Formats: sequence, structure tokens, C-alpha cells
Amino acid sequence: MLIRALRDEGVEYIFGYPGGAALHIYDAIFRQQDVKHILVRHEQAATHMADAYSRSTGRVGTVLVTSGPGATNAITGIATAYMDSIPMVVISGQVMSHLIGEDAFQETDMVGISRPIVKHSFMVKHASEIPEIVKKAYYIASTGRPGPVVIDVPKDVTHPGQTFPYEYPEKVKIRSYTPATRGHTGQIKKAVQLLLSAKRPVIYTGGGVVQGNAAELLTQLVQLLDFPCTNTLMGLGGYPATDKRFLGMLGMHGTFEANTAMHHSDVILAVGARFDDRVTNTVSKFCPNAKIIHVDIDPASISKTVVADVPIVGAVDSVLSEMLALIQETDERPDAEAIAAWWKQINEWRDRHGLYAKPRYDTSSEKIKPQEVITAIYEVTKGDAFVTSDVGQHQMFTAQYYRFDKPRRWINSGGLGTMGFGLPAAMGVQVAHRDATVVCVTGEGSIQMCIQELSTCTQYHLPVKIICLNNQALGMVRQWQDMQYSSRYAESLYEDSLPDFIKLAEAYGHVGMRVTKREELKAKLEECFALKDRVVFMDIMVDQSEHVYPMHVAPNGSMRDMYLSKTERT
Amino acid sequence: MRRIISVLMENAPGALSRVVGLFSQRGYNIESLTVAPTEDPTLSRLTLTTLGDEHKIEQITKHLNKLIDVVKLVDLTEGAHIERELMLVKVKAAGAQRAEVKRCVDIFRGQIVDVTSSLYIIQITGTSDKLDAFLQAVGDAAILEVVRTGVSGISRGEKVLSL
Ligand SMILES: Cc1ncc(C[n+]2csc(CCOP(=O)(O)OP(=O)(O)O)c2C)c(N)n1
Ligand SMILES: [Mg+2]
Repeated sequence: MLIRALRDEGVEYIFGYPGGAALHIYDAIFRQQDVKHILVRHEQAATHMADAYSRSTGRVGTVLVTSGPGATNAITGIATAYMDSIPMVVISGQVMSHLIGEDAFQETDMVGISRPIVKHSFMVKHASEIPEIVKKAYYIASTGRPGPVVIDVPKDVTHPGQTFPYEYPEKVKIRSYTPATRGHTGQIKKAVQLLLSAKRPVIYTGGGVVQGNAAELLTQLVQLLDFPCTNTLMGLGGYPATDKRFLGMLGMHGTFEANTAMHHSDVILAVGARFDDRVTNTVSKFCPNAKIIHVDIDPASISKTVVADVPIVGAVDSVLSEMLALIQETDERPDAEAIAAWWKQINEWRDRHGLYAKPRYDTSSEKIKPQEVITAIYEVTKGDAFVTSDVGQHQMFTAQYYRFDKPRRWINSGGLGTMGFGLPAAMGVQVAHRDATVVCVTGEGSIQMCIQELSTCTQYHLPVKIICLNNQALGMVRQWQDMQYSSRYAESLYEDSLPDFIKLAEAYGHVGMRVTKREELKAKLEECFALKDRVVFMDIMVDQSEHVYPMHVAPNGSMRDMYLSKTERT
Repeated sequence: MRRIISVLMENAPGALSRVVGLFSQRGYNIESLTVAPTEDPTLSRLTLTTLGDEHKIEQITKHLNKLIDVVKLVDLTEGAHIERELMLVKVKAAGAQRAEVKRCVDIFRGQIVDVTSSLYIIQITGTSDKLDAFLQAVGDAAILEVVRTGVSGISRGEKVLSL
């Protein structure tokens, strides 16, 4: 009945791993063809795959795990999806109803341990409830501010002996759940007035624009107003990065021009962003002269850290299209002279310290610089790949140097910062986009957290390209130790214990390539991406001493306080 | 400031733990909490008192509202309302103390609901302040055990918290 409900919900793939409490469900999977199952090697990977499947398509990812250890292994992935508001349904087997509470074999209180990291959860009591619960779970996961939903299913509930008249509900109504849709018209008018009166505006957008399918509308709005636009780490691709109005990413490792423009702005339009501490730096010093318009579907995100002058609760696409319509209706336009002066100022900042006009890293070095690897990947893939990443310096370099023009192409764990996310995420994307180029940019630290999935790639022919920026260190940790702990590298080095990744890849039946020289970089990358139907593991030896810049000065810094290199700061 | 937040929620398993979990997860404090079904058996009414500035209370109510099981809620302290708490107190009542305690109970309009030769059990209702005042009046030395229900409240006049 469960699998039938999933089929009727339109579920195409389940990412999962079997075990005792889930065996009735697995048997049902075996006896049908509509819903396909991908067997991972660790439940964490199943959650990341489903998560990235969702991020890259907008559909809800589905996970199936068994009780106890299966469920607990899924926790990291659920938390990852929760922090980034990704719709996902996780079905966990549970011990038989009559054993619950008795510390039965492989019993864990899944509803309890997942409670703080889910949007909602269900425990199925009777088989007859399954269709409605499944319907509700997908509805809750995908509407409003999306998020993961857990369905805990005791084994007896899925016993094939239990038959019930089956009907999959067309629609559900939950009386206690009415997600916001349209924004308040009066507030939207106020916001438009404020935008039209701005002299130093910045449009700052986050994952909500990507998730809320509003990239197109945002682009229209930015271009109509000719305002500068910056994206958060989660929002990259929400606005075309190669457009001249794009300032790059903002925040801790944001560009000089984005952070500085934010600091000096007089009006900020924040859309689907949440003023995360990795963006704002010290909240009390955040953008001292700015009036803030904040559009978000989640009322609890508004004025949580930074108080909004014009709060607008609503779906970002609906609010943006109302804003556009209002601006198109009126003849009023922002003060052209002021905007021109603002652009002049921004372009001057951009020339001074921007990342793209000329390289900000040492190009005379013998060693391969991680920045140039990302630039080369960008060039070789023509800026059109799906790129997932793990967590660390390589992630920040990718966010800075791979310039995303389209939404849903950049897939990373922003909120939780989960090492191990990258490879399964790339696989999840590849499942959804069989012919697309999917790259996982990773570090030799992160990749080892889910490396077992190389085997899953073999089983399901998922030809992802793994680009390992091998700096032989937990680079981001090392960078902080350089900057804050006088280079005392406590447990951020491996003492020659790294595996031979080439042999490892080959052991799983894949292609391994190592790059040690700058000159070979481009050619090797071309070779790698030409191998369309193979998994390629590229182990690229990069300069260990490189740091990610710009970097916010913290604690107590403002948006504009940044280190620009090892020797310069603002 | 002390606030009384009254929540109408689904009478569903796990609903209460989500509310309580929210408070511990986000570092909000709960001073008192009471919960019981309403005239509609599918709904529970939960009343909690908490301390916090305007900003914190706004966050608390927003996050409570986000919980799927929460149907509606109101901050009773925003308008005219009635609040009550019930308390049972076991006190020493021997010799001269006996009359003294009895007098106190009368002043606070409590009731003595159980008696032995050496103690009283007193029932008293009112605002939390009143109950505090009673305990102070009786004095720590005489008090053996205190059980309070926590605050419940309802808004005055026409305003109704319902579906
Ligand atoms: C599961 C997990 N554990 C620990 C961390 C803390 N952490 C953040 S970045 C990092 C280093 C990552 O090293 P690597 O993958 O080699 O990337 P690099 O920074 O060297 O590019 C660590 C340990 C984390 N984000 N996730
Ligand atoms: Mg590394």
C-alpha cells in the first residue's frame, strides 16, 4: 500500500537501504516496476542523493531506510536538507507496534530524534492511514517553506496480510497548515516606493529565489531597475553571474564589491534570504544606513536577526511579479544620476579588488592554485554543468569562481556545511539528469566521508566527475588555524596516510587521473570531461598554503571589514 | 516581560513534544505549561507562560505558528484577560500555627481540603502573584509541599480562540 501510494504521488525514485523493519516494503518494491529504487552504500548518502535530486529538479526527493541504525544514519542528511529548506520525504521502518518502547532490537525513537530537524513527522498507526499520510507528507514537504518530513512506519503496519480499500486522495487539507501565498499588497506598494526612491540600492537574494522558481522574475526586476544584485551561497544561479549587474556572492567569503556595496547601501531588497550570520557579520554593525525590505515565505525568517523596515510574507515569485507589475505601471523611476554615481562607485570597487577582472592569486607560482582549477573547470564545461561540492576551501573557491548563470546548477550544503555531501549529491543530480555533465568538486578530506558511494556509481552507471582539490589538509580548518591559532595545525593534517585515490577509483571500476603540474591541468580536465560515460576521479594536487579571500574580519567586524589576502585588509 | 501564550492545537500524538522541543531547541524558557483537551476532542488547549522581550516573544509566536499541529494561538497578555492558577499546599498546622494558617487561608479565600491533627492541605486559586503572596504569608517554615497547576487563561469579552 505504501509503494502504491508513492507511485500515485508520482515518485520516480527511492533512495534507500533495506533492513528488517523495512522488508515488507522492500518486497513490495520488488513486485512492481513504476517506482525505481537506488541502493546506496550508507543511508547518509541516500538522503544526500534525494536532497540533490530535489535541488536540481524542484521535485520532492524520497528516502527509505530501516529502523534503528538505518534511521540514525539518515539523520545527518535530514539535518542538511532542513537547514537549506529542501523538500524531502524520509520513510523509516520501525519495529512492530507492540514492541515500541521496549528497547526492541533496532528500535530508535525516530520521530523523537528527528524532531528538531524536520518540518513535520508522522508515525503510522494503521495501514489504512497510509495513503493520507503519504499525501500529507509530500504536501507539507513541498509547500510553504519546504523541508524534510519523516514517516515512521512500524513493520506490522506494512504486513501484506493487511488489506484495506485503497484510495489515494486527490488533495489534502490540513486545517492547521496554510502556507503563505501572495504578499500583502500594501506592503508591496511600500516596498516599490522605497526602491524607486533609492540612491544606493542593492538586491540581495538567497536560496528562496532558486527554490521558489523566481530566478526569471528576479532577473527581470534587476534589469528593469538597473540595480546591483548579489546572491548568497545558497542563492547562486538565482541571478546570472556573468551579467554586469551581478556583484558576486556576499558574506564571509563574498566579493569585496558585494560586501562593500551592501555596507554603504541605502535600500536593501532581500528576497528569499535569511540574514544568516555567515552573511551579516556582526549584526549590530550590519548596513548602518540601509532601509530593509525583506520578502520571504516564512514569517519566522523575517526580523529574526536583522529587523526589516518593510516585511513582506509571501511566495517570492508572486511578490516579485507584483513588484514588477507595479513598477511597469508607473512612470516613476529611480534617480538616474544617483544610480549612475552608485554604479561608478561599485565599478571602482570592482576594479580595485574584484575577483574576475584579473586573478587575485599568485599566477607565477609553480604550484597549482585551487582558484585556477575552478576557473578551468568553468571553461571546460562552458559554465553549463551541474556542480555539487563538499565543504571547505574548495567549496568557497567553487562558489567564487564557477559563475552560475542558471538556477539549480549549484548544489551545496550551505546551512549545515556537511562534509560528505558532494559525491552523493552529484549522483542524485545525475539520476535526475542522465545526460547532463555533473561535477563534484571536493577535497581529500570531504570525499572520504562518503567515498563508499563510488560503488553505487558503478551499479547504476552514474558517470559523475569527481574533482578533488587535494591540498593534503583539512584546508578550511588549516586556514583558521593560520589566522587565529598562530598556525598550530591541530589535527588538520594526515601525516602521509592519504590513500592513492587513483587506485581506489580503479578498484571500483572507474577512471583515476592525477594532476601535479600546472601545464597539464587544462588538457587533463578536457580529457576527463570527454569521458562522458565514465566516472572519473581527478586528484589534483593544489597549493596547501592557499587561503580563501576575501574573508570577513570577525568577530566584531562589519560587512565591509575584510581580509583581502594574507597581507591586505580593508 | 512575562507573557501568557494560549495555543489551540491538534490533539495528536507528539504535538506537545513538538511545542516543548521548540522551546528547548531555540533556547526559550517556559515558566509554566498546562495542556488539556477542549470541548472539541480533536483539539487541545495549551497555555504557557514565558519571559522575554518583544523580539523574543514575536519569534516564539512565529515559530509556534509554524508547527504543523498548531491551529491558532494568541498572546493573552496583549489584551484584557483572566488568568488563574490552582495550587495545593500541604502545611504544618500544629498548636498556635493552626489558627494562624487558617486565618491566612480565609484572607486569601482558599479552602482547607484535608486535615490531620498536625497539618492542613489547602487549595487556593488565583493569579500567580496571589499564589506567591499566599506562600510568602504562610512562610517557608510551615510549608511541606507545593503543587501548582500552572497558569491557564482566557481573553475577556467577545474574543474567542477557536477554529
Ligand atoms: C561532517 C563535518 N565534520 C567537520 C566539519 C568541519 N570542517 C569544515 S571544512 C573542513 C575541512 C575540509 O577539508 P577538505 O574536504 O580537504 O576541504 P579543503 O578545505 O581542504 O578544501 C572541516 C573539517 C564539517 N564541515 N563537516
Ligand atoms: Mg583538503
